[in-house]
Amino acid sequence: MDKSKEDALIARDPEITWEDEESLALDNYNGAKALLDVLDQEGVELIFGYPGGSLLALYDALLDSSIRHILPRHEQSAVHAADAYARVSGKVGVCLATSGPGAANMVTGIANAYMDSIPLVILTGQVSTQLLGTDSFQEVDITGITMPITKHSYLVKDARDIPRIVKEAFYIASTGRPGPVLIDLPKNIMAAEVTEPYPSKVALKSYKFFTKGNSGQISEAAKALAQSKKPIVYAGGGVITSGAGKILQEMLEKANLPVVTTLMGIGSVPSKHPNHLGMVGMHGTITANLAVDECDLLIAIGVRFDDRVTSGLKHRFATKAKVIHIDIDPAEIGKVIRAHIPIVGDAKLVLEEFLTKINPPAIQDWWNELRSWQKEYPLSYEQDGRLNPQTILEAMGKISGEEAVVVTDVGQHQMWAAQFCPVNQERHFITSAGLGTMGFGLPAAIGAQFAKPDSLVFLVTGDGSLQMSIHELATAVQYHLPIKIVLMNNGVLGMVRQMQKMLFNERFSQIQLDANPDFVKLADAYGIKGRRVEQADQVEDALKEAVATPGPFLLDFTISPDEVVLPFVPAGQGITEILEGKE
Amino acid sequence: MLHTLAVMVENDPGVLARVSGLFSRRGYNIYSLTVCQTENPDLSMMTIVVEGDSQVIEQVTKQLHKLVVVHKVTNLSQESVVNRELALIRVKVKSDTRLEVLQTVDIFRGRVVDMGKNNLTIELTGDEEKIDAFVRTMRSYGILELVRTGKIAIARSDN
Repeated sequence: MDKSKEDALIARDPEITWEDEESLALDNYNGAKALLDVLDQEGVELIFGYPGGSLLALYDALLDSSIRHILPRHEQSAVHAADAYARVSGKVGVCLATSGPGAANMVTGIANAYMDSIPLVILTGQVSTQLLGTDSFQEVDITGITMPITKHSYLVKDARDIPRIVKEAFYIASTGRPGPVLIDLPKNIMAAEVTEPYPSKVALKSYKFFTKGNSGQISEAAKALAQSKKPIVYAGGGVITSGAGKILQEMLEKANLPVVTTLMGIGSVPSKHPNHLGMVGMHGTITANLAVDECDLLIAIGVRFDDRVTSGLKHRFATKAKVIHIDIDPAEIGKVIRAHIPIVGDAKLVLEEFLTKINPPAIQDWWNELRSWQKEYPLSYEQDGRLNPQTILEAMGKISGEEAVVVTDVGQHQMWAAQFCPVNQERHFITSAGLGTMGFGLPAAIGAQFAKPDSLVFLVTGDGSLQMSIHELATAVQYHLPIKIVLMNNGVLGMVRQMQKMLFNERFSQIQLDANPDFVKLADAYGIKGRRVEQADQVEDALKEAVATPGPFLLDFTISPDEVVLPFVPAGQGITEILEGKE
Repeated sequence: MLHTLAVMVENDPGVLARVSGLFSRRGYNIYSLTVCQTENPDLSMMTIVVEGDSQVIEQVTKQLHKLVVVHKVTNLSQESVVNRELALIRVKVKSDTRLEVLQTVDIFRGRVVDMGKNNLTIELTGDEEKIDAFVRTMRSYGILELVRTGKIAIARSDN
């Protein structure tokens, strides 16, 4: 009998018991060992994972592997940590969870990575192939569940496919528009013998992407720029993914172009760069929003025209502009906003060619207009001696220097951080943008600290978000991660409260977090030092103490629930219909 | 407007779910979908009839291309194509209508493939309009059961 048929029969033979599989696991070169070897050859140093019954062979093999395994306290955190590790390091993040509940707990993390185009390889345990589809213990159809939130997925039905599949998964996750790829690994497959070598190259007939932009279109774009009177560069996460930040800055300087960034684009251009008008969109600067509304040429790079920027109103977004759209994903071009000059390609390669072709346009009048807006509508807050979030973030910016990585959770504090944290480098501002996942922050800070063990990592979080993954304080302690937690504690779900205040006539509904713990005592219970800060004049001292203290540190800043994020363009309003919050 | 897409995909389990899931979650309206293995056992051809304006079809095509399992997407509505559907229709007949029905089947170049005491099962192939017309005609006799495959299509050869 043909070997593959024989193996298939063995795989389906119900006579093989779990005990047999486990003994097989110890003796042979099996799926689990092959998997770890391939990961090793792919350059994986870290896996964030959580063990379980269907992964016993793999966890056994891990004992003999050089790959380091990090144990968070929840599978969702494993994905968020791998996600932030990928964002900071530029490598593919790897996470692992057992079948059933373990895999299902990863769903939010996978969706988060998918929305922000983060390269991940997600490994899930699965019940043995002979039990598949029988509703067996801890069985869940994870490839089915995650189909809409993965770039691609595999259910391995033959152990000999493992080397090829893992190689393909890394290739798919990290090339083109990056994204999460899931590999579902049945228990008996992990235990089955493998003799297949590691493939030297990937042969995927149907997977294609274009990195080099069309030269004709790039020339067309350069022509449009030369003719424009009011150009704006609109930079997104794709700039960071392709490592195009430096070339983008060169372009801005060569042609003296103004730039706005998306939330994902923060760090693509240094915050303090004189040509930077700030973030665009719902909580963007007024100047950035007015500039996009008024421009005659919008050079969109690595953006997807998210509705938090366009307010979902395509007919009212940059209506006077000719749009140049540079993106590696052809499906993004024309999805929301019509592109007059579409350029499919890698942002870095396209900009390199574009830079050689551009003639700086005469736009002094445009700059005068922009500068007058900047003067009239600065990002400001009341400096009345109260302890407010902006003071905390500005002090943090001063202390952190250029090397710190800022990780945020989701909510008001995230938007304040986007507005007020100076970010000088790519991959130094880590936030859950597309999905807006509360609870992302702490596990992401853990992943970021693993990616840059020697860097200062700040987590800016809120009392609502932190409690969604507070168990990860234990992980930070276990691995001695010196994360500095800046908690903006207002005792409410601040962003929801703000919207109820401004859009629902102050009818507050279910936003009160009355039974909040004493966060400093809670940190103490985990073995983490902390300090409560209630006065503005203590901010700097407290931050210095946190940075000077080895290990993790929690700063619990008491802020008022009445603090709001401004400016604010309510969803569904035009981008110039800005609530400034001035009385 | 209806567009016919010929989508060449890998012949693997789960591919249909990936493709149909893409349509449902992005809100594209599938009018009909047929799929079967091609002359190459590694590949299947899906013929998908989808409703939408040119912008929707452009997005559908681009999104389909993003699936790793999709090899090629061709919009057949823009070319000269041959398209067919197969229908099996069970029609009620009485002794006085049987002949009439058989004559109609003959006119439409259908075939009787099963016969009961009071009914006939008819096989009919043709384009959508022809099958629609036949179904309309049969309605007056009483349709007991009807199944249609949905459209399959192929581009006409150049020569």
